[in-house]
Amino acid sequence: MQTAILAAADLDQLIQLLIVEGFQVIGPVRDQHAILYDQISSAADLPQGWIDQQEKGSYRLEQSPNQAYFGHTVAANSWKKFLNPPRRRLWRASRENGQLVFQAESNEAPPLAFIGVRSCELHAIRIQDAVYIQGSHPDELYRSNRQRLFNVSVNCTRATATCFCASMNTGPEVSLPSDINLTEVIDAEQHYFLVKAGSPAGERIVAQLPTRAADQTAQQAGREAIGAALQQMQTGPRYFDSSDVKELLYRNLESPSWDDVAERCLSCANCTLACPTCFCSAVEDSTDLTGDHAERWQRWDSCFTNDFSYIHGGTIRESTRSRYRQWMTHKLATWIDQFGHSGCVGCGRCISWCPVGIDITEELLHIRAAEAK
Amino acid sequence: MSAAKATVAVWKFSSCDGCQLSLLDCEDELLAVAEQVEIAYFMEASSRQLPGPYDLSIVEGSITTPEQLELIQSVRQQSRFLVAIGACATAGGIQALRNLVDVKDYIATVYAHPEYISTLATSTPISEHVTVDFELRGCPINKQQLLEVISAFLRQRRPQISDHAVCIECKLSGVACLTTSRGLPCMGPVTHAGCGALCPRYDRPCFGCYGPKENPNPDAMSQWWQASLGVDSVKIIENMRNFNAAAPAFHNAAERMNTGGKDD
Ligand code: SF4
Ligand code: SF4
Ligand code: SF4
Ligand code: SF4
Ligand code: SF4
Repeated sequence: MQTAILAAADLDQLIQLLIVEGFQVIGPVRDQHAILYDQISSAADLPQGWIDQQEKGSYRLEQSPNQAYFGHTVAANSWKKFLNPPRRRLWRASRENGQLVFQAESNEAPPLAFIGVRSCELHAIRIQDAVYIQGSHPDELYRSNRQRLFNVSVNCTRATATCFCASMNTGPEVSLPSDINLTEVIDAEQHYFLVKAGSPAGERIVAQLPTRAADQTAQQAGREAIGAALQQMQTGPRYFDSSDVKELLYRNLESPSWDDVAERCLSCANCTLACPTCFCSAVEDSTDLTGDHAERWQRWDSCFTNDFSYIHGGTIRESTRSRYRQWMTHKLATWIDQFGHSGCVGCGRCISWCPVGIDITEELLHIRAAEAK
Repeated sequence: MSAAKATVAVWKFSSCDGCQLSLLDCEDELLAVAEQVEIAYFMEASSRQLPGPYDLSIVEGSITTPEQLELIQSVRQQSRFLVAIGACATAGGIQALRNLVDVKDYIATVYAHPEYISTLATSTPISEHVTVDFELRGCPINKQQLLEVISAFLRQRRPQISDHAVCIECKLSGVACLTTSRGLPCMGPVTHAGCGALCPRYDRPCFGCYGPKENPNPDAMSQWWQASLGVDSVKIIENMRNFNAAAPAFHNAAERMNTGGKDD
């Protein structure tokens, strides 16, 4: 499909078309002093003119010099909460006339349309697909949400300091298929989106938008905008060669660095819950007072908790050292053995949302430096 | 059926009654509770007292008087299971601030006739005196968690009560962290879950009323507060020394902060 131009003023038409098609549209909004992904009903809900400044343990919103819709980077939360909700009931059981009756949950939710998915986030969704759908026991809720998903991706034209997709080879330019891909171009004279459909469903929607063909100059402007984000990362402190990280970590399972980070880490689990690829959950069974009703719930869990590695008789990973090592080696090393690709897409959330500013890229540097000593 | 009903006793030691009120506050569920168990002793709710032994004793409050030292032994002897509820019973409560000072001086200042006052020098949790089968945290406790503990006891299963950080409940509820997005000092990362991240959901940092979580690291959190959020040591000590001042992790962190990092 050809690249087309959609005037920024017409962005709302895209959202309205998706709503008319029956999608529940989720996009970035400004809420709680942050950008969050949430339900939207028009382009006016988008955080136009707002950008984020993220650093270790710090996230701040500020007004941008321009009126871009997608000038911010990844939101505080990630899309995973819509595909695999943080808490959900798996089944109910009751005792009726001496019989045990089970009732499974069904997915009544409308199909979802995500608008504003970044390249690292598309990679994160693909990673979660491998976990939830491609295994021998697919997760039915995730699969049904995922199969009906309509994805509008956005190329990043700005990186914040915590972004390192360029190091993990997942961005900033969208490198996986989506239904529609947007690039926002904004300068003193003009404000438009380069629009490209990536699926038949996407083509159907784009055909209904008031677009015109994009000439070479317009497309070049898009490439330059994405190039600016790339350059921000390449000249930043979190640009590194990730190709040998797995071997590096496997060689350094007893690095003194683990003791050092364990002194600082709170084992609070914020990093894992903010991470768009972390998939662990706990299952909780409960009964009511009468004992005639039981429920099984699933909720997000984290390898930073005591209960996570509890098996009969005790917890395997008691120390923070062992928990941090589990998290980091899973993300960057054992994940590769398990799924064939890294578990980290370089979105930087674990860095900004760590309440004591622990930085996975910096810890990697520490391990490398300790080894070199 | 009533012959087979489990008997439950609810005891009060030094406390504000807030946790027992949580049980009374279970209006919708109280009928179901009463159907399933025999409330044998619950002075807050009824003056009827049935003699022990009891299948389950729910104990609120800390030990602060010589009489309580004896009563708690007798409660334990009469109880098959003993569950301590609330910050007072599990950590000594706000009144454990007395552990840091000379109580005699306070009594002399506050009471016209100090000779009438008989009290211990410290406020201590129930577990310091007798074996406790389960501790339910909170100031006050969360009534849903109390119902969960009672249900679990009735079905002889493990209660679904997590000992991880409040942060997990915060993230599960979709709150954007107050510390990272606004630089507010929030005790969530060192505090035991159970409240459902009540304070952050209402836009207020946690002040640790559920006490320390498992494997807490208050020193690292305090250092970050000082170095990156500009919080002074007095404020940090205030945060550690409130409802769970005597919980060892918070107590020791406050002491270290007070003595400039050295252990006491
Ligand atoms: S590990 Fe950190 S940077 Fe990597 S995907 Fe997860 S949150 Fe993003
Ligand atoms: S890093 Fe931890 S929480 Fe994340 S997927 Fe791996 S084991 Fe699960
Ligand atoms: S690295 Fe940070 S966010 Fe993760 S558990 Fe440790 S302190 Fe919490
Ligand atoms: S607001 Fe408090 S409880 Fe919530 S994630 Fe931040 S530090 Fe944790
Ligand atoms: S957020 Fe903290 S202070 Fe507030 S109710 Fe929960 S544990 Fe208590």
